[in-house]
Amino acid sequence: MNRFEYERAGTLAEAIGAEGAFLAGGTNLLDLMKIGVQAPARLVDISRLPLTEIEPVEGGLRIGAMVRNSTLARDPQVLAKYPALAEALLSGASAQLRNAASTGGNVMQATRCSYYQDPLSPCNRRNPGSGCGALGGETRNHAVLGWTEGCIATHPSDMCVALAAYDAVVEISGPEGARSVAMAEFHPLPDAQGAGDAPLAAGEIITHIRLPDPGAMARHARYVKLRERTSFAFAIVSAAAALAVEDGRITQARLALGGVAARPWRCRTAEAALLGQPATIETFTRAAELALEGASPSGANEAKIRLARKIAIRALERAAAGTPERLPALPASLFAGDDNG
Amino acid sequence: MADMMTAGGHVRLGSNAGQGLTRRDGVLKVTGGAGYAADCRPEGLLHAVTASAGIARGRVTHLDVAAAEAHPGVVKVYTHANALPLALSPDNKIHPFVWRMDALQSDEVRYAGQPIALVVAHSLEAATEGARLLAPQYDAQPARVTLDDAEPYETDTTAFGRPSGHSSGDIEAARAAADSHLTTTVETPSQYHNPLEPHAITAQWHGDQLEIDTPNQAIGLAKQTIAAFLGIDPSQILLRSPFLGGGFGAKAIVFGAQFLTILAARDLGQPVKMVLRRDQMYGPVGHRAPTRQTLQLDLDAEGHILALEHDTITTTSTFDQFLESASNASHSVYATSALRTEHHARRADIGTPGPMRAPGEASGSAALEIAMDVAAEARGMDPLAFRRLNYAKIDPSTGLAFSSKALEECYAKAAEAFGWEGRPLAPRQMREGRLLKGWGMGTAQFPCPMFQAAAHATLRADGSAVIETSAADMGQGAWTALAQIAADGLGIDVDKVEFRSGRSDLPDAGVAGGSGHTATAGNALFNAGADAVRQMVDLATNDPASPLFGAGNLGVTARGGRLHRNDDDRSESYEDILARAGLELLRGEGKASREGTPERAMFSHGGVFAEVLVDPDLGQIRVSRLIGAFAAGRIINPRLARSQLLGGMIWGIGFALHEEALHDARTGRFVNNDFAGYHVPVNADVPMIEAMTVHEDDPFVNALGIKGVGEIGVTGTVGAIANAVWHATGIRPARFPIHPESLI
Ligand SMILES: Cc1cc2nc3c(=O)[nH]c(=O)nc-3n(C[C@H](O)[C@H](O)[C@H](O)COP(=O)(O)OP(=O)(O)OC[C@H]3O[C@@H](n4cnc5c(N)ncnc54)[C@H](O)[C@@H]3O)c2cc1C
Ligand code: SF4
Repeated sequence: MNRFEYERAGTLAEAIGAEGAFLAGGTNLLDLMKIGVQAPARLVDISRLPLTEIEPVEGGLRIGAMVRNSTLARDPQVLAKYPALAEALLSGASAQLRNAASTGGNVMQATRCSYYQDPLSPCNRRNPGSGCGALGGETRNHAVLGWTEGCIATHPSDMCVALAAYDAVVEISGPEGARSVAMAEFHPLPDAQGAGDAPLAAGEIITHIRLPDPGAMARHARYVKLRERTSFAFAIVSAAAALAVEDGRITQARLALGGVAARPWRCRTAEAALLGQPATIETFTRAAELALEGASPSGANEAKIRLARKIAIRALERAAAGTPERLPALPASLFAGDDNG
Repeated sequence: MADMMTAGGHVRLGSNAGQGLTRRDGVLKVTGGAGYAADCRPEGLLHAVTASAGIARGRVTHLDVAAAEAHPGVVKVYTHANALPLALSPDNKIHPFVWRMDALQSDEVRYAGQPIALVVAHSLEAATEGARLLAPQYDAQPARVTLDDAEPYETDTTAFGRPSGHSSGDIEAARAAADSHLTTTVETPSQYHNPLEPHAITAQWHGDQLEIDTPNQAIGLAKQTIAAFLGIDPSQILLRSPFLGGGFGAKAIVFGAQFLTILAARDLGQPVKMVLRRDQMYGPVGHRAPTRQTLQLDLDAEGHILALEHDTITTTSTFDQFLESASNASHSVYATSALRTEHHARRADIGTPGPMRAPGEASGSAALEIAMDVAAEARGMDPLAFRRLNYAKIDPSTGLAFSSKALEECYAKAAEAFGWEGRPLAPRQMREGRLLKGWGMGTAQFPCPMFQAAAHATLRADGSAVIETSAADMGQGAWTALAQIAADGLGIDVDKVEFRSGRSDLPDAGVAGGSGHTATAGNALFNAGADAVRQMVDLATNDPASPLFGAGNLGVTARGGRLHRNDDDRSESYEDILARAGLELLRGEGKASREGTPERAMFSHGGVFAEVLVDPDLGQIRVSRLIGAFAAGRIINPRLARSQLLGGMIWGIGFALHEEALHDARTGRFVNNDFAGYHVPVNADVPMIEAMTVHEDDPFVNALGIKGVGEIGVTGTVGAIANAVWHATGIRPARFPIHPESLI
């Protein structure tokens, strides 16, 4: 690990514009520093900033960037209105990591592309212009949507997939002032040369995540995650879905996919196609086709396209069936015991 | 169990052995009191970190030694240019547990992750950064890391000098007589041991005396290895290894990376510690090599196996040899009139493989059990009925009778506990909600080797005892189970036994490997205790002042710290006997080994039954139930034995569904050399598991009738899970781990 300076930001004002890498829970940043992928000259510790509230606000909920993943997942307001967010959070990492991981850090966590994590490999994301080491390599975890030859990485977060489905907005403060960006558009898609622009300008910090009220979708929302083992594994593919159904017809629909692109993939065409339709497997299957329209393998990962379609259907089916009173003991799992169809 | 006799006429176990005692070191472990090698902090300690090769084949052309040495805290950098010499050629094999002592001998790189420099510094951080600053440059050649890229070569041995092929019976004739011929191909990936505790070593020299703290599974052999390559006498070395945080075979060998630390400590005149990072454990410290196995079973019309052929292709490094002897797993499990097994070796740009929990048997059993299921399916038979039909009454590879074999009892017990009866023959018949459900089974088998061990047992004037042998507790419970055996040898309660172990200045306890440690070290300890008792019997029965006077050797029983006459109810305590003889201490010595050519085939056995649930759309698999019954001779400590068996079965879940180390085929570097990428089962992957034992007396395997339980749980389990996956989905897994996408 390189030598670095450490400073603790006492106030948000001190953090904004600080030169260096923000240290929140450290569960991602420190790992990357240890393997030499990131070597910041200075760490700005934001873990004591008072961004730890989960407050109801006009038309929704506002979550501080330093709210820990485990706190957020157990929050009664989240469990009541945004159960797919709780389920997504609880399906991620391990209890120990969730206790440390912050909301802002989760959004900003780096891709798990193993070539990004290997300083000896070329990587446009880590070292712009060096090429993409993953192309032609081990690409089982890589993108099938929105990728270019510049970068085929996926964003690994579960939380962000649910947030994208809920129309969450990322609140950012920087030296130039405050701004907001939709979660679904926050992470840039790659361009022909590489990973695309950084989501945050120098000195900018995520302060909050704002969630609009889900209205009638509150109790028809689920997150489903396919993974290599039953727990403690990143998604191969995942999906968040929320529906409102009146008189057998879908009146509101949200669908976002995880593990398929450099951002949580909001499926707006599929959502539009769901509206006014009966909540049936046929409807969901058509929507899933639309969700994966334009998908193509970035390597030996064609199977992911099929899997993503299936996980979208499963999430919609579970959402239509309604969110259970209590989240299953294995959140987001295919073995949660609630697919009795 | 009936009393048994040895030469000393004193073998009777029961008061301590057979009890499910909790670990004697348990409190130390959970309170942090158990010191591991990485915890050592001697005065003046320096830290060493290796720089790992970033290519798989080629030469190092430049290392920025100046930059590393300029880093604050760095003391010295060792590279091939200033490597410290060994006393022997690095390829010298002074015993079978010596791997090439790769210690910076040249600028040549032969696998990714090879240590190419050692940086010693005042802090771990400085050494780590120093190693990074070396920024090696290479003249690289294309990597050959997969089975297909690797270069075939001829060899007639696999591992530890065992032959690479076997043939018995007339396979061509048997084939010609057969009714059906079933071929199965199965691939297994490369796997890494990943003990939670990494390889760690602290070396300090006091003049020409060397003290080493390092976790090791074969303390006596390690001492020999280190002495030989240093050119010093083994008596100059003290190696301490009281606790291992897992080993699984990776700690049975002293590797070059560890050896560099010893050399640096001597050169610098200060203690040096090295702890490998997780990623550095991928390459220099062994692994299980990938295999491609092809089995052919030739059956008669009733389903009897007439011929069995098992071929394995596997890789080793370009500079040493250890082959995953998978085909050998077919030697002794099922009856066949003709048997042929072969291994075909290939050289790849990888670190040298090594023994990893159930080496050969794990991979081979996985493939064999799939092949058996394929055959059962072809014959339209229940998989268990098919295995019973082909039950080996003698070992088909040697023609020898089994020393004991309660496999049928295992089948019956596990099948009943599982509820196997009524299993539909065809696949895709059972559901749980939407999930597909399948049942599969496999036979577990593992050999019962004995190594060589020696032990001391010393009775003290107060009736307590000290027992000594340099055993290795890898977490399996040697501190406890061996003490139980020794206490029985001494005829005292285990609480009165002080156990000195895990140090090279004690009598050698052999290798904690091959599932033979309890049997080997246990028999030595028992014999040492019996020797002490025998001496005491002599004292007492020849002393007119003793109530035992005249009872003779066979007329006395040692129990509860007293000698009891067998002809009446008089007895005398050890304290009194020793006091009258004026002895503070009475020392017994014992040894154990298996002499000569065995006249029986010796194996532990088991039957493992698995239930899996598979998502029909997404292919994710969960082992919802796993039940095994095992016959493993005398069980010294049922609690610890069960833990070992469960651990083996869980290892089998990992083998079947998770474990796989991936290289980038172009660079040869790993893409998943950490716990986030290299998966092993987590608790949620093991919702229901049970391991049972069935009673087994084995008068041949060794005097105490002890087999082994450390590895057998892996065998049988992997195949059982794969077969359950087939039963759930109708898809026959052709490679491990079984990925979701292969099922949809
Ligand atoms: C073994 C393992 C398994 C995991 N499995 C999963 C999984 O299954 N699903 C999943 O979703 N995640 C998983 N994770 C990732 C985990 O969720 C993230 O590491 C965590 O959310 C990061 O949060 P943190 O607070 O620790 O971030 P840090 O490590 O502190 O920071 C991460 C990055 O975010 C930046 N940052 C942090 N806060 C802010 C802010 N407020 N504004 C601007 N930038 C900021 C930091 O500068 C840094 O670049 C796993 C991690 C590990 C180590
Ligand atoms: S996929 Fe993106 S992150 Fe991965 S190596 Fe290529 S450029 Fe880097």
